[in-house]
Amino acid sequence: MHPPALWDWESGQRVILASMERPENVAWLEEYHISPDGERVAVLASLEEGGFTALVNGEAWENPFEKAWCPRFSPDGRFTAIVQQDGMWTLAVDGEAWEESFDFMWSTQFAPEGEAIAACIQSGGEYGLCIDGVTWETLYENASQCVLSADGKASAAVVQLAQLKPADIEAFKKGVYGVAVNGQSWDANFMNCWTPAFDAKGEHVAAQVRLNLYDYSIAVDGKTWNEIYGCVWEPRFNPATGKVVAPVRLNGRWGLAQDGQIIWEPRFGQCWQQIFSPDGKNIAAIVAPDFGKFTVAVNGKAWGVTFPVVTDLVICREGATVAALGCVDNADWQVLVNGRAWAGVWDMAWKPVISQVGGHVAAKVSKGKRQTIVVDGRAFAREFDQVFDPTFSPDGKKLLIRGIDKGSVVRIVADVAQA
Amino acid sequence: MNAAYEFVTGPLAWAAWGIFLLGSAWRLFSMYQLAKQKDAVSLSYMSLFYSMRSIVNWLIPFNALGWRKNPAMTVATFVFHICLLVAPIFLVAHVMLWDQSFGVSYVTIPDNVADIMTLVVIAACLFFAGRRIMQPEVRYITTPQDWVALVIVLAPFLTGFLAYHQLLDYDLMIILHVVAGEIMLAAIPFTRLSHMVFVAFTRAYMGSEFGGVRHARDW
Amino acid sequence: MGIADRLIEDVGLRGGVSKLTPEQIQKTVNAVISGETGAKLKAYAETCMRCGLCAQACHFSQSHPDDPSYTPAAKVQATMGVLLKTGGKVSPEFIYGMAQLAYTECNLCRRCVHYCPIGIDTGYIMSTVRRICHKLGVTPQYIQDTAHSHSATFNQMWVKDDEWTDTLMWQEDEAREEFPGLRIPLDKEGADIYYSVIAPEPKFRTQLIYQAAAIMHAAGVDWTMPSEPGWDNSDMCMFTGDFEMMGRLKRKHFESAQKLKVKRIVMGECGHAFRSVYDMGNRWVAWKMYPVPVIHSIEFFWELMKQGKIKLAKKYPGPVTVHDPCNVVRGRGHHEKLRELVRFLVDGPIIETASNREHNICCTAGGGVINCGPPFKNVRLDGSKAKAEELRATGVKTIVAPCHNCHGGLEDTVHRYKLDMHIKFLGDIIYECMEKPS
Ligand code: SF4
Ligand code: SF4
Repeated sequence: MHPPALWDWESGQRVILASMERPENVAWLEEYHISPDGERVAVLASLEEGGFTALVNGEAWENPFEKAWCPRFSPDGRFTAIVQQDGMWTLAVDGEAWEESFDFMWSTQFAPEGEAIAACIQSGGEYGLCIDGVTWETLYENASQCVLSADGKASAAVVQLAQLKPADIEAFKKGVYGVAVNGQSWDANFMNCWTPAFDAKGEHVAAQVRLNLYDYSIAVDGKTWNEIYGCVWEPRFNPATGKVVAPVRLNGRWGLAQDGQIIWEPRFGQCWQQIFSPDGKNIAAIVAPDFGKFTVAVNGKAWGVTFPVVTDLVICREGATVAALGCVDNADWQVLVNGRAWAGVWDMAWKPVISQVGGHVAAKVSKGKRQTIVVDGRAFAREFDQVFDPTFSPDGKKLLIRGIDKGSVVRIVADVAQA
Repeated sequence: MNAAYEFVTGPLAWAAWGIFLLGSAWRLFSMYQLAKQKDAVSLSYMSLFYSMRSIVNWLIPFNALGWRKNPAMTVATFVFHICLLVAPIFLVAHVMLWDQSFGVSYVTIPDNVADIMTLVVIAACLFFAGRRIMQPEVRYITTPQDWVALVIVLAPFLTGFLAYHQLLDYDLMIILHVVAGEIMLAAIPFTRLSHMVFVAFTRAYMGSEFGGVRHARDW
Repeated sequence: MGIADRLIEDVGLRGGVSKLTPEQIQKTVNAVISGETGAKLKAYAETCMRCGLCAQACHFSQSHPDDPSYTPAAKVQATMGVLLKTGGKVSPEFIYGMAQLAYTECNLCRRCVHYCPIGIDTGYIMSTVRRICHKLGVTPQYIQDTAHSHSATFNQMWVKDDEWTDTLMWQEDEAREEFPGLRIPLDKEGADIYYSVIAPEPKFRTQLIYQAAAIMHAAGVDWTMPSEPGWDNSDMCMFTGDFEMMGRLKRKHFESAQKLKVKRIVMGECGHAFRSVYDMGNRWVAWKMYPVPVIHSIEFFWELMKQGKIKLAKKYPGPVTVHDPCNVVRGRGHHEKLRELVRFLVDGPIIETASNREHNICCTAGGGVINCGPPFKNVRLDGSKAKAEELRATGVKTIVAPCHNCHGGLEDTVHRYKLDMHIKFLGDIIYECMEKPS
């Protein structure tokens, strides 16, 4: 673990990589990625003599691979890529490949609060998950939509339980999908399952299920709610109470249900991406009070400000601050905080981040070819060719800005008050 | 006879006009309520500009593809609707009735013109009837309701023509004519003739969708 | 005359109908009519003057001149008309015919709009009939299978997650032989363009992905493709009447693009998917317009041409004719851009079919009809006689058709009516004629 408390929060700027020149033996460099703490910058490189490697802070991995893709940093700053060796795929973590390899591998996942790394795998036409090099004991006809619990100790995916003959619509209607948790499938099978999600402790899993072509519900640990709906979206566990909340559609309108009971009356044209404050006391969701008009509702009450599109909803620890993005035509983006739109209009904006203390909000934004960070409504004094999502220090007083500009990668720690 | 005439031009006329006006208003109102409730999505695309663009383009004979490909029907439809509206509204005898009852008076058309227009309406009705009988694709979709609508429209013109030329018993004919006209008025909100009330809106909606969303002509 | 005289056996329709009871039919019909329709349907049903002007609009009625039951208004009367009149008191056997008619004898092409003075949208009515059929579980087997695939994999052809990325990598490898350094950038955040396709491309027509990559590469476009589901923009659920799935597919597609913070989505040469993103799917989700602009290939290539980013080494030998796909032309007004682009690419004139631009005749494959599969192939091909005759009259050898469905449909039509023509995507021609950077 390498939590933000341990990062370097000394105000000022450090150059992490002074030269981004392509080394001579490299045919091309792909996109840059930067570790959460801003100390390491990595890029996949295609080698002139064939094969791929990664350059981390300018240093190549010890051994190149035939291919490499899906480059991602783990939350604790390890650089991973899915790599091919001898025609087989595996995961390389800081250049070290897992011992097990597969016919294909994709969708690397990290435990948000742990060290586990997982990815979806296909081996001999069978599908499942591999976590830290250990593959599920049971593999399936298909597996998708994999998730890890917060601590990474449990994993789940939607799995196909039986083979389907071509165009066998009757067999499909009998239900051949389920959810497998740690490789073990639920006893129940459904026509469809989507978006399995863990509770905070990683002990329970809820998923959207389609019971037949028209009836939707939520299943928790394989047991379906008694109520059926015209449609549902992703269920999520209340982190404090463990109750399951999902958007549900009744008579053409959307609301929220908790353990099968309506908690937000279905009166929205849309309602999704509900999130909880970690204390479990507040729920926010993206809603459409009217056709074509989106906003955020907090505890059932919609904000007054509406946009044709609202995305990237976030909520702070005690629920006092809720932020999202609104846009027109995917071009004029504004940051929305607690029902107000910040004045700046940007070509693009990225998911806001909220400080754990102090309720500060920051977001990456871009205009034309330049990118910067806005903090509490003000744009940071400097622009970059590329900037990455900002991070607040645990005390909410500092802001880490990671950027690429004028051919170098920099790590800036700014005082929030002065940013 | 006189009492009958008094009745059909008095209370019955009030009733007919009342049913027509209130009925149409109610139909429009309830349709709009229904649209607001159930077709809010469609309503949100309504655009005045594209509504008018569509309506105007369809009001030009031979402009829309459908008109061009059906020339006889186009001619019949246009002259029929024009005469159907102009003849009764601007007929001297009708304007006199307005004058007598309410003291309002406005321009009129010469009687011989009205007479020709009446014949045009009758001829067009016969043409429509002919299509319903002879043209297989029209016959196939014709329902009793369509005949009812046609007869309702034909009747006042036929009786009016007969009365004007005093071809049969004038007194009877004039009463029949008045009643036929009143039936037509009263039938507008509740039969196929309701297209008179709704067509502007169906056109407007199609025009809005094609203009605003699909960037294409709907004619 | 009428659908009852031309019923065709289909596993999906038969299986669905065999489970129906009259009570259930009535309940479902009325639930859809009272729950999901309103003034629009009511006004259409009431104001249709039965004038029959629309008879000449429809290629099905044109192709069956002696059978008035193919007239748009007749098809409405035989389906929705009966449901409204009887209040849904109809037999399972009636539902069979109604479903067959709605799924296989109307392409939802909306050509009849240009003929109807009232402004009746037969396509909408037929969609609503299909919605009822879906709710009754009576859908043709093959299109239902694609709907199942959509629900299970978020693409139309049961392409599994690994097969998708693997195919992109394979095409990238192949293309690198011809264009060293070419990339199909996966999941590139902040790219200008997110390129989305339909599942038949990775499944059967991988050369289209190859060509698209080549064109993007040559034009120096900042683009990406997603490695995870959401990449398929197609939407057969829109055509089966499974609107819940239609909305789910659109959400997936757009969220996939939103997650990557791209500026625009460019979609391959597909028509129905386009209808789904700007006209139908977005509405179910409550987006008035697509949340991320979706640019059809016609417009995208046209832009590249205007910006001078496509350089031609040669021109494609003409003359050619242009087939206007309903959903991008009558649906989105791209006909002039299409012609400008074709004039740029082709050496020789465009010989127009008699019905062109917004007034085009449908390929008869659209609206999910081709997806109803082999049992209904002849229905489709009999219905495309009018199209075939217009194509024959042009006397040319090449049809430019920027739509997958149209391609599939026109290939069959060319074959059946011995037209001796071949069909080209814009991408085929651009790839063949462009200057290739080495
Ligand atoms: S196929 Fe096209 S023209 Fe024929 S009825 Fe359907 S929408 Fe109208
Ligand atoms: S053209 Fe319009 S009004 Fe006439 S029959 Fe066809 S759908 Fe009805």
